[in-house]
Amino acid sequence: MKIKSQRDFWSGLMFAVAGGAFAIGATNYSMGSSARPGPGYFPLILSVIMSILGLIVLFKSLTIEAEGGDPIGDIAWRPLLVVVAAIAVFGLALPRLGLVVTVPILIVLVSLAGDEFKWKGVLASAVVLTGFSWAIFVFGLKLTLPLWPSFMPA
Amino acid sequence: MDLLNNLTLGFGVAFTLQNLTYAFFGSVLGTLIGVLPGLGPVATIAMLLPSIYTLDATPALIMLAGIYYGAQYGGSTTAILINVPGEASSVVTAIDGYQMARQGRAGAALAAAGLGSFFAGCVGTVVIAAFAPPLTELAFKFGAAEYFSLMVLGLIGAVVLASGSLLKAIAMILLGLLLAQINTDVISGVPRYSFDIAELTDGIGFVVIAMGVFGFGEVIANLGKSAEHRQVFTKNVTGLWPTRQDFKQAWPSVVRGTALGSLLGVLPGNGALLASFATYTMEKKVAGASGRFGKGDIRGVAGPESANNAGAQTSFIPMLTLGIPPNAVMALMVGAMTIKGIQPGPQVMTSNPQLFWGLIASMWVGNAMLVILNLPLIGIWIKLLTVPYRFLFPAITLFCCIGVYTLNNNTFDVYMTAVFAAVGYAFYKLSCEGAPLLLGFILGPMMEENLRRALLLSRGDWTTFVTRPLSSGLLIASALLVVIVTLPSIRKKREVTFVDD
Repeated sequence: MKIKSQRDFWSGLMFAVAGGAFAIGATNYSMGSSARPGPGYFPLILSVIMSILGLIVLFKSLTIEAEGGDPIGDIAWRPLLVVVAAIAVFGLALPRLGLVVTVPILIVLVSLAGDEFKWKGVLASAVVLTGFSWAIFVFGLKLTLPLWPSFMPA
Repeated sequence: MDLLNNLTLGFGVAFTLQNLTYAFFGSVLGTLIGVLPGLGPVATIAMLLPSIYTLDATPALIMLAGIYYGAQYGGSTTAILINVPGEASSVVTAIDGYQMARQGRAGAALAAAGLGSFFAGCVGTVVIAAFAPPLTELAFKFGAAEYFSLMVLGLIGAVVLASGSLLKAIAMILLGLLLAQINTDVISGVPRYSFDIAELTDGIGFVVIAMGVFGFGEVIANLGKSAEHRQVFTKNVTGLWPTRQDFKQAWPSVVRGTALGSLLGVLPGNGALLASFATYTMEKKVAGASGRFGKGDIRGVAGPESANNAGAQTSFIPMLTLGIPPNAVMALMVGAMTIKGIQPGPQVMTSNPQLFWGLIASMWVGNAMLVILNLPLIGIWIKLLTVPYRFLFPAITLFCCIGVYTLNNNTFDVYMTAVFAAVGYAFYKLSCEGAPLLLGFILGPMMEENLRRALLLSRGDWTTFVTRPLSSGLLIASALLVVIVTLPSIRKKREVTFVDD
C-alpha cells in the first residue's frame, strides 16, 4: 500500500483517532434517551461522524493520486520546540520570578527560535519590552501581575 | 415623526460636551487595550467597568459603548496586522486581512474595516431607532429548534470559509465542536473530558485556542522557512489608502454585510458573530471565480467587518427592549445598568427616554470617533510591520503570553496555549484550516444546549426540526448549500478557484 497524499493521510488519521478517543470518552457519561439526552449524547454523535470523515479522508489519501504525493515537507523542529518551550517556561516562571525577570528570560529564549540570534539586539529588545509591559499592564491597566520574584520582599 | 423626534432627543443628549468627552475617552481606551493580542471587548469592558462607578448612568453607558466599539476595532487591527484574532468575530477578518497586510496592503485593509464599520454603524443606529419594536417580535419567534437549525446553517456556511478540502473542513468543524465539549455539562452538571483537572471543567478559553492555532502556529511556520523564503511582510507597502479599485470592489460588500448584520444581530446568542461568518460566505459566493478570498481580497475584510459592526449595533435591541443580553458584552452592559440602578427591559424606553435615545445616538458618535481616531493611526500601525521579524516575533510571543495569563490570572491557560501552538503548527503542516475549527468551538455549547432543549420540549421527537416552519426553512437552506457545494461541476470550479498555489 502506498500513500498517495501524505497530508491527507496524516490528517485523516488524526481525525479518526481523535474521534475514536472522544467517542470512548463519551461512553463514560450517561447517554440518556432522545427525549432526555444525557451529557454523553451530543459528543458521541459528533465523534462518530468525525471518525467516519477521518476514515474517508484516509481512504482517499491511499487511493486517489495527488500531485507529487502532497508531501508534508520538513518539520521546523527548532522553532516548534523553542516557541512551545518558551511559552511553557513563561507559565512556570511568572508566578515565581515575577514580570521583571520572566520577560527577559522569555525574550532571550524565544529569540533562539530564529536563525539570526545576536546578543546585542536581543538584550536591547528584552530591556525595552520589559519596560513596555510594565508600563502597559502593571502601571496602566493595573493588572494583578506578580512584578518581582516571590522570594524577594516587595 | 416619532423616529426623528426620538433621534433629535438622543443627539441632544449625546452632543453635550461632557458626553462627547466620555465617548471619546471610551473609544481611545477601548482601541488601545483592544489592540493588545488576546484582549477583546469582553476583557476590556470587564477591566474598565470599575472606572464608571463614579459616573452618572447616561455618561457611564455612553463611555462603555465607546469602549466596546474601540475594543472591537482594536481587535480587528490585531487580526489584520499579526493574525491574532482578539475575539470570535475577528476570526474572519484575519483570513483575508492578514494576507493583505503581508502583501503590503495593511493600510487598505484597516481603512476598509474602519470605513465599512462606520457605514454599518450609521445604518445600525437608524435601524435601532426605527425597528427596535418589530425586530424584537422576530427574536421572540425563535425557539430552541430554530436556534439549532440556524447554527447548522452557520456551520455549513463555514465550510465555504475553508479554501482546501471540503471533507477536512467539515472534520475541523466537528473537532471544534468536540473541543467545546470539554466543560461541565450545563444540564446535568457532569464534568466532561476533564481528567480531574479543575481548570478543564470550565472549558478551554476561546482566546487560548485562537492564539495557539492562529497566532503561534503562524509564528512557528514563518520561522520554519529559511530566511530568504521568509519575507513575512513585503517591503514595498503600496499606499496607506485603499485605491479607487478597492473602493469600487468593497462598497457593495459593505452594503450587503450591513444588511445581513443588522438582521442577524437582533437574535440572542451572538448573532453579530454569525453575521460576520455568514457575510464572508455570501461574499465568496457572490464574487465567484473573480474572488481572491483567502489570499487577501478586500471584500473579505470589508463585508464581515461591516456585518459585525451592524450586528454589534442591533444586538442592543434585545437588551434595551427585552432586557435579555444576547452576548457576554451585553451581559456586562446589563450589569453596568443595574449598578447604576436601572432595571433593563421594555420600560427603559418610556421611563428613561433620555438614556435610551442618548445611548443610541452615542453609538453613532462612538463610531464616528473611531473613524476620526483610527484613520490617522493607520500610518503608525503600518510602521509596526516594518520592524524586522526577528524583533517582531518575540514581542508577539510576549504580548500573547501576558494576554493569556491575564484572562484568568492562571498559568494553566498559558500551558494550554503552548499545547495549541504545537497543534496549530500541525494543522498548518497538514493543511487543515483553523477558521472552521474556531467557529465550531464557539457554537458548540450553544448548539448542544439548543439541541437538547428542543428534544426535551418535543419529547425526543427529531421531526420537531422539520415541522416548525422557521426551523425547516433554515434546514432546507443548509441542505441547498450542501448541494451547491458538492455538485460535481460546481465543485470542480470551486477547486480551481480556491486551491492554494
